[in-house]
Amino acid sequence: MLKLVLRRAALGVMTLWAASVLIFAGTQILPGDLAQAVLANNATPENVAAMRHELGLDRPAVERYVEWLGHAAQGDFGKSLVNQRDVAKELAPRLYNTLFLAVYAALIAVPLALVLGVLAAAFQGRAFDHIANAATLLAISLPEYFLGYLLIKWVALYLGWFPVLANVAPETGFFGRLYLSFLPMLSLVLVIIAHMMRMTRASVLAVMASPYIEMAFLKGLPKWRVVVEHALPNALAPIINVVALNLAYLIVGVVVIEVVFVYPGLGQSMVDAVSKRDVPVVQACGLIFAAAFITLNMVADILALVSNPRLRHPR
Amino acid sequence: MTNAQTLLTIENLRIEAASQAGGKTVLVDNVSFSLRRGEVLGLIGESGAGKSTIGLSSMNYTRGGCAITGGRIVFDGENILELSEAGNRALRGVRIAYIAQSAAASFNPALTIGRQVCEVAVRHHLVGRAEAAAKAVELFKALELPDPEHFGERYPHQVSGGQLQRAMAAMAMIAEPDLLVFDEPTTALDVTTQVEVLSLFRKLIRERGTAALYITHDLAVVAQIADRILVLRHGKMVEMGAAQDILTAPKEDYTRRLVAEREAATADAFVSEGEGGREAVLTLDAVTASYAALPRVVDTVSLSMARGDTLAIVGESGSGKSTLARVIVGLLPRESGRLMFQGKELSPGLRERSREELRRIQMIYQMPDMALNPKHTLLEIIGRPVEFYLGKSKAEVRARVLELLRQIELPEHFIDRRPTELSGGQKQRVCIARALAAEPDLIICDEVTSALDPLVAEEILALLRRLQERLGLAYLFITHDLSTVRRVANTVAVMRKGKVVAYGKTAEVFSPPYHPYTELLLDSVPEMRPDWLDDVLAARKGRVEATR
Amino acid sequence: MQLFGRKMPLRAQIGLAIVIINLLAAIFVPVIAPYPEAEVVGRAWAGSSAEHWFGLDNLGRDILSRLLYGARLSIGLSLLITTLSFSMGVFGGFAAAVLGKAADMVLSRIVDLLLSMPALIFAMVVLSVLGTDLIVLIVTISVLDATRIFRVARALAMDIEALDYVEVARLRGEGLWWIVRREILPNAVPPLVAEFGLRFCFTFLFISALSFLGLGIQPPNADWGSMVKDYSALIMLGVPAVFYPAGAIAALTIGINMLVDWLLSINTVRR
Repeated sequence: MLKLVLRRAALGVMTLWAASVLIFAGTQILPGDLAQAVLANNATPENVAAMRHELGLDRPAVERYVEWLGHAAQGDFGKSLVNQRDVAKELAPRLYNTLFLAVYAALIAVPLALVLGVLAAAFQGRAFDHIANAATLLAISLPEYFLGYLLIKWVALYLGWFPVLANVAPETGFFGRLYLSFLPMLSLVLVIIAHMMRMTRASVLAVMASPYIEMAFLKGLPKWRVVVEHALPNALAPIINVVALNLAYLIVGVVVIEVVFVYPGLGQSMVDAVSKRDVPVVQACGLIFAAAFITLNMVADILALVSNPRLRHPR
Repeated sequence: MTNAQTLLTIENLRIEAASQAGGKTVLVDNVSFSLRRGEVLGLIGESGAGKSTIGLSSMNYTRGGCAITGGRIVFDGENILELSEAGNRALRGVRIAYIAQSAAASFNPALTIGRQVCEVAVRHHLVGRAEAAAKAVELFKALELPDPEHFGERYPHQVSGGQLQRAMAAMAMIAEPDLLVFDEPTTALDVTTQVEVLSLFRKLIRERGTAALYITHDLAVVAQIADRILVLRHGKMVEMGAAQDILTAPKEDYTRRLVAEREAATADAFVSEGEGGREAVLTLDAVTASYAALPRVVDTVSLSMARGDTLAIVGESGSGKSTLARVIVGLLPRESGRLMFQGKELSPGLRERSREELRRIQMIYQMPDMALNPKHTLLEIIGRPVEFYLGKSKAEVRARVLELLRQIELPEHFIDRRPTELSGGQKQRVCIARALAAEPDLIICDEVTSALDPLVAEEILALLRRLQERLGLAYLFITHDLSTVRRVANTVAVMRKGKVVAYGKTAEVFSPPYHPYTELLLDSVPEMRPDWLDDVLAARKGRVEATR
Repeated sequence: MQLFGRKMPLRAQIGLAIVIINLLAAIFVPVIAPYPEAEVVGRAWAGSSAEHWFGLDNLGRDILSRLLYGARLSIGLSLLITTLSFSMGVFGGFAAAVLGKAADMVLSRIVDLLLSMPALIFAMVVLSVLGTDLIVLIVTISVLDATRIFRVARALAMDIEALDYVEVARLRGEGLWWIVRREILPNAVPPLVAEFGLRFCFTFLFISALSFLGLGIQPPNADWGSMVKDYSALIMLGVPAVFYPAGAIAALTIGINMLVDWLLSINTVRR
């Protein structure tokens, strides 16, 4: 069992390394001369040559990769091509903002979705299940940015409860942050809850079809006890996966929602950087997002391993 | 019959299921019987007879999509169909308990056995936790489970199938119910294990005076345990009576056929041997094989069979008999030894064999459902080998398929049907036709009758025998069922843990002096004499230890 | 009404109707659209009228016409990408399932690697270097999507391959190609159709998200995602234009989901 966990952890590290290669390759080796693109109208041959030298494009890719990874590991992501500022320093507060928003959304969405999903499964075929199904189908069919605008229109403008723009500043206090980022959080929560709840419901229902669940009913146990004591322990592994998958989805959703609410986070930096072709920033953001994604998946797999009774209690 | 002694009365029970088309299918129709305290009623029937549905209905429980739509079920003076949810819960597990066919599936893999066994007693507040645990230990002891003090601490995957089946009996008995519903509780077990589990079940209900509904398809099993027998077919009652009467003097034709089929299974009539001095078809010389990194599954096996022979390889699960079939056809290349087919050595692997070599050995499987592609018509299924091996034209293929359909006794218009439109027995006939289409010399039959109902199985075996006489085929039967061996095989090889422990003419291997393991197997096949189980248990004392 | 030999419930029929209406709209746009997609025909944000049912947009273009052209571009593009990714994913998945352990290892590791990053992040990295070119967009999303389809197709083929009728064909000496084409594929079609629907929805929302971020389809072409972006700012002024494209996206996605839910419910590999 420990061996399996260690093996999965090692695989996670390997994957992270492979992702770094992909990101580097994606931004450096693909065709299209970056120097020319960055300089655009000022691309005289001399300027381009100077730029290429400055960017290190005249050196072998492998050498540049090793250097980039070495620096990145120490928290040095180089300088922005657009404003020459230190990327790490620029991104640090934004990373904090994004993490704040993601954790805020996750803390509310995960317990809520799990409870609602289990309830929907327990009341399968009843009114609650039908309403939940229709509502979640609607929510996953709407683009997340549209949900954001709906909230702006109704909650921020019509009701006036929350500000339209979530312009948190470094000096904003904890409760101020909670207040300012409430609407972006709510948009994210709506999207993830829908996905997570549907998947939780499906996992619990799959377990509920097992013969040992029938046996539990034939023992005269009340339904809630069957669901909580017999179904849930077996639905644990699939549910852990559901949570991880949706937290990973959160990473993507956060990019779009940050743009909707002009929230100063990592996602918005990345979108800006992509449109300005600010490669070091794109690399840094990409690496951070990928690392979060890979870590989540790894933790979920390890938890699923640990929750398996066959592995916990070998013969 | 309504007196204090009557425990359960079912009157005119009707159970319906919602069918795919939107209509209703009647699963159980007008079934009535009653059960006294301490009495055991055997419910006998083939698949689709409604046995399990009736058994579960006595707990006022139906499976998804089914509903009780008529009749009364009176348990201890109360119509349980009128019970509230809470009333149902007070009944289930406490007064009526259920023992399912597969303990492996019916135990929750995430919880310890002890917790699940004690659950009914604890959750219904019959006794405290400690008292329930003590009771469980006592039951584990009575059921002869190893290390009863600590057996409950284990998880279901940590114990064997036979032990788990016994633990399920403990789970059912913990609240000392008045009625037990046994639903094919020994069907999934090997024969030698079945004897032990069956005798323990019987001991338990006799000692405690528990009434039981015993559901099974095996008349010989029910003969050992039931006071009365109810025969069911297609959800309707065929006949009901004292066990002895049903088994020795059945009134209805259907029951007579069931009894006759079961009697033939244990009769000492062996297939006589054909004329001697024929050409050898298949010879195995010290063949050995294994799956990666595991001990040998087939260990130095030597066998030989001639044209017109039927060789049966018999053994319990894990004996390596199915693996041997895979080695012969080349799915699992052998590690060493020689495999001669019609005087020529066959390559170990499938890919190195010529199309002609492949054609001459065909295989029929246990599950006809899985062996037939549901998207193909019978013309495509049976016609493909004709086209593939013999290179016939379209018209010739069609003519040949029609001829084969006649041979397997199916109507010609079935040619455009798909397997999903056929019954289990018809599907197995199609598998036989597909094998015949290749015009083989040897057909390997891997448990071909074990997924079929007894009467259908008998028809399939008869068909195979007729085809053998007409076409001079050689059959290699892989089976766990000794009655099949008796009925079809002139030669038999008994396998255990990858080795052949006994090999020879069936009449010789199955007659004294026996190899000890052969004797154990033969003894374990239930017979319809009601005192069979007692005889076996008496004879077995001491001998079991000798072979283990 | 029947499909795949099964009776369709009302929900699935509604879903099918929505999908067909959208497809017809996408195909016959030039015939039914009242105005060209990029032509300015009046004052910006003119309300709905007899000539312009849904009103005019920020530049004075007919919203209904843009919506119909948007259907063509959004649906056409998603269909193209899904078809491409399906060709790659199913081919790779089946190959991994039937070609043996070595091929499976190589293909699966490549897919694991591509799946190790969120698709949107990966797409953004690629688009940052190669620019928001339509071809780049199509290729990038197809490849990313193919990885997910690979997993489904591989699992499906492995399930079917374990059935005895495939073993029968192998024992007969049939070639790999025959087995895949005749034994595996016919049984894999219904679940793959369901998966196609789901991937189509995903692609559709993905492109609209990229368009929204300004990285997808570039103006003046109309697509539903960028229409939502263009019109959404006006939601605060009480202009309802944004609800048309957003509603169209939602309706099509819901329609496909209703159809797919039914397909999945009837088609598990029979054992």
